[in-house]
Amino acid sequence: MITIDNLYKRFGALEVLKGVSLSIEKGKTAVIIGPSGSGKTTLLRCLNLLEMPDKGTISLGNKTLNVTAGTRLKQAEIVSFRKQTGMVFQSYNLFPHLTAVENVMEGQVIVLKRSKDDARKKALSLLEKVGLRDRADMYPFQLSGGQQQRVGIARAMAIDPEVLLFDEPTSALDPELVGEVLKVMKDLANEGRTMVVVTHEMKFANEAADQIIFMDGGVVVEQGTPNEVFNATRNPRTLQFLNKVSER
Amino acid sequence: MFGEERTERIIGILSESFFPILMAGLQYTIPLTLITFTLGLILAFFTAAARISGFMPLVLLTRFYVWIFRGTPLLVQLFIIFYGLPSVGVTLSPFAAAVIVFTLNKGAYSSEIIRAAILSISKGQWEAAYSIGMTKSQALKRIVLPQAVRVSLPPLGNSFISLVKDTSLAATITVTELFQKGQQIAAVTYEPLWLYIEVAFFYLIFSTVLSYFQARLEIRYGRGIAK
Repeated sequence: MITIDNLYKRFGALEVLKGVSLSIEKGKTAVIIGPSGSGKTTLLRCLNLLEMPDKGTISLGNKTLNVTAGTRLKQAEIVSFRKQTGMVFQSYNLFPHLTAVENVMEGQVIVLKRSKDDARKKALSLLEKVGLRDRADMYPFQLSGGQQQRVGIARAMAIDPEVLLFDEPTSALDPELVGEVLKVMKDLANEGRTMVVVTHEMKFANEAADQIIFMDGGVVVEQGTPNEVFNATRNPRTLQFLNKVSER
Repeated sequence: MFGEERTERIIGILSESFFPILMAGLQYTIPLTLITFTLGLILAFFTAAARISGFMPLVLLTRFYVWIFRGTPLLVQLFIIFYGLPSVGVTLSPFAAAVIVFTLNKGAYSSEIIRAAILSISKGQWEAAYSIGMTKSQALKRIVLPQAVRVSLPPLGNSFISLVKDTSLAATITVTELFQKGQQIAAVTYEPLWLYIEVAFFYLIFSTVLSYFQARLEIRYGRGIAK
């Protein structure tokens, strides 16, 4: 489903990704963990080309992008690649001038050219799925952070992406609201959606992930099942990170 | 302050001049304002869009345009177009010259208002629009502009109201708008104080009506914003 081969990305003098390679199978949930600055968010943003990698290969669904120093992609190529992904942002980024249901309809109507009726039907069923059917006509400012993030998940799913990308989806939430978002994500993982999640929620990673990817210093240090990484690792960097996290 | 006779004369002049001045306002000041504001806004929008497109030839062209029209006085611009251009064979009617100059001038100022409003919308909104598969122009039109409109309404309202008053400069190129009409009547009645107060009153009324519509628009585009 997703294969990344030798991916590089730098911002000015700072090299953030230094040759990342990994693969994620269809229907699996991969959780990327690692200290801040390790490149996990950048890697995720490269997957839908919000960041353009400098070098390397990304295969996603039935499309393969091979980027080298001189590559200049056309907007149409970027959009058609990106349409295979849906993204959930740390700060939700809902459209404030649209109601919850309109937020979930927008991509369907404008990008996929569905009729408004079809889009509304689908949007309402997605809101139902994230437990917000009764909040459909509210504006984002009328919703709690957890509710906004669940609308964000519905919005990302509305364009029928192959892969859902989550960029620290609970980091901006009050602690008591984290659970409702993680529950929706767990349900999606159990349904067999392909998901890539950047998060600091180790409990979620342990329970919901099929694959843990530990990044540090712009490279993948270790990957495996939750049991292999959390309980059986011998890698000193992984151990050091896990110790730090568990101290909290 | 005055004798009874003087007071009566002033009242007579003011009531007789009321309709001629009002008509000059309705015939020239209002149309000039509405036409140039509409055209100016369209021009401003495309200028702002060109500025943020990142396409260098367009960026340089629009920067040059804004530089010229913001950097020179409106009055001088009017004189160049109306009195200057005939010497190279381009003769325009006073009204046409006024429309062209006010449009170009308003377009330059308003483009900066619109550009600032677009830039005020967070990067996260663009990214969210891209993430659901939108192109740059779809994101601009559907997500960023509706939010930018709300931000730009108060400064655009300011600029609109100042345009109502700036149209009085058209008097200098012989457009018989509100102010010019007042001037003509003042010249024959020798009551400049009262006539110019009457003229000011009309501008005040026009501006007040416009402020009212601005407030209505702000409410309409304020949807989705916590009060």
